[in-house]
Formats: sequence, C-alpha cells, structure tokens
Amino acid sequence: MPHRVLIQVKAVDRAALHRRTLIFPATEGPMQPKTGEMLPQTDRFMVPAIFVGFLILGFYVATQTTDPLMGMQAWTFMAGVGMALIHLVRRYAEGIPADDKGAYANDVVKAGVIASMFWGIAGMLVGVIIALQLAFPNLFYFPDLPWTNFGRLRPLHTSAVIFAFGGNVLIATSFYVVQRTCHARLAGGLWGWFVFWGYQIFILVAGTGYLIGVTQSREYAEPEWYADLWLTLVWVAYLFVFLGTIWKRKEPHIYVANWFYLAFIVTIALLHIVNNLAVPVSWLGIKSYSAFAGVQDALTQWWYGHNAVGFFLTAGFLAIMYYFIPKQAQRPVYSYRLSIVHFWSLIFLYIWAGPHHLHYTALPVWAQTLGMTFSIMLWMPSWGGMINGLMTLSGAWDKLRTDPVLRMLVVSVAFYGMSTFEGPVMSIKAVNSLSHYTDWTIGHVHSGALGWVGFVSFGALYCLTPWLWRRERLYSHALVEWHFWVSTIGIVFYITAMWVSGIMQGLMWRAYNEFGFLEYSFVETVEAMHPYYIIRAFGGLLYLSGAFIMAYNLYRTVKGDVRAGEVVAGQPLPATA
Amino acid sequence: MDYHAFAEFARSWGVVYLMVLFLAGCAYAFWPRNQAKFDRAARMPLDEDQG
Repeated sequence: MPHRVLIQVKAVDRAALHRRTLIFPATEGPMQPKTGEMLPQTDRFMVPAIFVGFLILGFYVATQTTDPLMGMQAWTFMAGVGMALIHLVRRYAEGIPADDKGAYANDVVKAGVIASMFWGIAGMLVGVIIALQLAFPNLFYFPDLPWTNFGRLRPLHTSAVIFAFGGNVLIATSFYVVQRTCHARLAGGLWGWFVFWGYQIFILVAGTGYLIGVTQSREYAEPEWYADLWLTLVWVAYLFVFLGTIWKRKEPHIYVANWFYLAFIVTIALLHIVNNLAVPVSWLGIKSYSAFAGVQDALTQWWYGHNAVGFFLTAGFLAIMYYFIPKQAQRPVYSYRLSIVHFWSLIFLYIWAGPHHLHYTALPVWAQTLGMTFSIMLWMPSWGGMINGLMTLSGAWDKLRTDPVLRMLVVSVAFYGMSTFEGPVMSIKAVNSLSHYTDWTIGHVHSGALGWVGFVSFGALYCLTPWLWRRERLYSHALVEWHFWVSTIGIVFYITAMWVSGIMQGLMWRAYNEFGFLEYSFVETVEAMHPYYIIRAFGGLLYLSGAFIMAYNLYRTVKGDVRAGEVVAGQPLPATA
Repeated sequence: MDYHAFAEFARSWGVVYLMVLFLAGCAYAFWPRNQAKFDRAARMPLDEDQG
C-alpha cells in the first residue's frame, strides 16, 4: 500500500517538475504562492550587497591597518570579492541566464568542476615541490624568498588538496546530487553562487596568507581569525542552501547520499567554530590567541583534526560513492539497509576517535584508550560501507573491464577499505608507539587521500563533465585509462616508499646498543630515508601527471571533441543526458 | 561534577547511549514496513533525470 502511494506522488511530481520550468522566471510575473517553495527573491540584491559591503570593509581594513601582512590579506580579499562581483555582473548583464530558468541549477556545479580541477593541480603541484624539498633540501633553498620555505608550502599543500580540491568537489557534487535526488532546484537562487565564490575567496586569502607567513599553527586549521569568520559565513550559507533544497524536495525519502552530505556540512561547521575559538589581538591585525591551552588545546585540535578526516574526507566522499557508483554502474545500491546502519554508526563513532593522535602524551590514559577503542570499532562501519559500495557492482562486474571511470570509482572504494583497515591498526597504542611521528603516518594519509579521496573525486568529475555540458561521452576513454594507470602506479610508489621509510625510521629510533645507548643519531635516520624520499617524489610526480591528463581530457570534452579513432557506437559510458 | 565522576559517567552511560542509538538505527533499517521505501530508494540514482 505505501508503495502505491509513493508512485502516485512521484507521478504528480514529474508534472510539477515540468511545470516549474515554466514558472521559474518568476521575477517577470507574479509569484505562484501555491508552489510554496520559492522565497521572495531577496537573493538577487542580498548577495551582491553582501559582496559590496565586504569590499568596503576590506578597503577600510587595507587602508587603516598598520600591520603590513593584514594589508596584503585585505587587498587579496578585495581582489577575490571583486572577481566574484565581476562574474555576477557579467552573468546578469544580458538578462536572466537560461540556467536560472531550468529545472536544476547547473552553472554553479560547472564552476565547481572547473575550480576543483584547477585547485587539484595547484595543490598536487605544491605537494610534488615539497616532496622534492624533503629529498633535496638544497635544490629549493632560497634564503631570500621565505615563501618558498617548506614550513610555508606544507600547509599550502595540505589545505589546497583537502579544502580547495576536496572542498570544491564536495560542494559541486552535493549541489548536483541534492537536486537530482530531491527533484528540486537548488534553493536560495544566488546564494549558491555566494557559497561558490565565498569559498574560493576563503581559499585565496588562506593560501596567500600561508605564503606570507600568516598562520595560527593549528593543523589543517591554519588560517587566522578573520578568514575563519568569513568561512563560517560561507558555510552557514552552504548549510541553508543545502537544507533549503531538501526542504522543498518533491521526493518523500531523503536519499542516503544527502544524509552523508548533511552530516559533513553540519559537523564541519561545529568543528570549525569550536577549534577556531580565539580572541584577536586587534581588529586590524592578523594575530589572535586561541581560547584553549595545554592538553585541552591538544585534544580540541585533534578532535577537530581527526574529524576533518572523518567528516570532510570520509562522510562527504561516501556521499559521492553512494550516488556516482550506482549511477555509473546502472545498478541499485547493494543494500540500502546497510547504508543506513553504515551512516548512523559511522557518524556516532568517528567523533570520538581523535584522541588516538595523542597516545603517550599528557592526555589522560582513559581518554587515549577511548580514542583507540572507537578507532577500532570504526572498522565495522568502514568495511560495511566499503562492501556496500563494491557489491553495488554485483551483476555489472564486467563493466570494470570496459569502463575506466567506473574502475576508478571502484578502486577508490578499495583504497578506502585499505586505509580504513590500516588506520585502526595504527591507533592501537602498541603499534602507535612505533608508527607515531614517522613517515608511516604520511603513507597512511596518502593511501586514503590519493587512493580514496582523489580517485572517487576524479571518478565523479569524469561523470559530471559530460553530464553537465551535455556531451555524448568523454573526449577519450584511452586517456582515462592512462590517467588511471599512471596515478595508480604513482600511489603504489608513494605508499610503499613511506611504509618502508616509516617503519625503518621507527625501528631506528628505538634501537639500543648493548650498553643501553641509542644506536642511531637522528641525522642517521634522516640519511637512511633519503632514497625513499626520492621514490615518494617520483610517485607524487606520476600522480600529478595523471591529473594533467585528466584536465586535458575534460577540457576537450567540454569543447565537444571526441578523440579520433575511439568508437562512438557501443561506447561503455552511459550517455545519460 | 569532578573529573572522576565525569570519567565514570562516560565509561558507563556512554556505552548505554551508543548501544541504544545503534539499536534504534538497526530497528529503523530493518523495520519491515520500511522495506518497500528502501528498495525504491536504492534505485534513486538510476532515475534518468539529468535536467
């Protein structure tokens, strides 16, 4: 009985969807209150007004501050806001664009795809540079150019790949998925563009800040107080746009991917605000002091830091998995029940795992054990989710041979399983006493970052580009094959080098001679790691090369080209336009 | 509430809290009446609705 009702609701909704394309240029006629979903279009002046207001504020700070770093940050901020305003003015210069009248907002997702590709290459390039700096310290040593120092480039790399690349992928895919699975246009009108541009401005201010030496020295939360406040504003807008779209959905059930996206957005808001609680020294200076000190500060930072992994790099990308793998494989989710248990157990366990970063520190032992226990329990939801993603291919395993995009998505899930197996092992105190502070951690992070987050993002971007630009297929499947293999081999070089290097480093640190003295000096361990650092840089270079291949392929796809010699008929990618 | 009381509370009632949440999640997932809804939801990405 309920099933029949649902079908009827859906039939009505399809009609409503088509009607909406007629209704949507509501600015030109009286609004239709019956639809009950369209807010008065305050966004048309609110968003530009906010940008203009912040332009004035930025100008005030830039001209009034006595802190040269703050001056540079303010001018950079104004440049970003100016770009956003120019884009919006040009977009609406010749009337309302067609995209604003469609059933779904696609242009903002397209912008997100382009931004993801751009920041991805930028962040990976900086990664290769700092990997080379570690292998050859003299090669990139410029005493007169402090911004080339490893200490400044390292947060630039981590933030660029996690927040600029990953964040743009998450915002773009979430905007795409929530509209399709709710059968509703993105809520808030221009606010979607505010989220997009606001986020780019944050990245610009944060990234250039690191280069000139602005940092509050909190891992993965280095931007100073004013950038944090701006991001809070952008993130709240993001939450409202996402929730607003769910609110006006035409589909009674909220699809599991939207639950994961929502958990990611809400939790990141919470983590960001608490971790960045700080008092600025002056309203016109960059410096602030954290609200926390001592071991409470350490725990707050790792509560934030580990949940950045759990909710940004896991929950958000699991949402991508739950939409793009079924879509690309043309198979339903293997077990929807499992996805529900997966979701609730993952979010309730992850939030407690942070203390495993503080084993054998001043943190109370019971809290360390708690962090370890929850990390081990995370095996269950992690592997449950992995199995659910992989088994979605049941009945379609043959597509792995013919569809390189699907293969990329599936291999990402395999890497997810691998790194979420490794993580709990490393959280066990006995293992951690060997692995902590060594390159093993770096290897672990990159098997998750390159293998899971990177590949699932690449897969989603390969899907989105032909769908959004309405192309029959990608420019070249052979190039996707090349990307897949070059990057996979790059990951293998990277993580094996770091495993060997890290375990060797840990064993050398704890080696004693027969007199009870340490066997090795610190610099001897550094020397021993040199060959592995070269292998790591080579692996990273391969991975970056793959990203360049992808950028070229996507660019030609957008142009509408198809590579000569590639079969058009019987092509494996579904032309689901 | 002093430190020890807090630690004790977390160790005892924390387990109950998480267990209840887990059972509630499972009950929702396996509730027979929800099955049709979930079977349909599992196919939601497959709707040919690119827009």
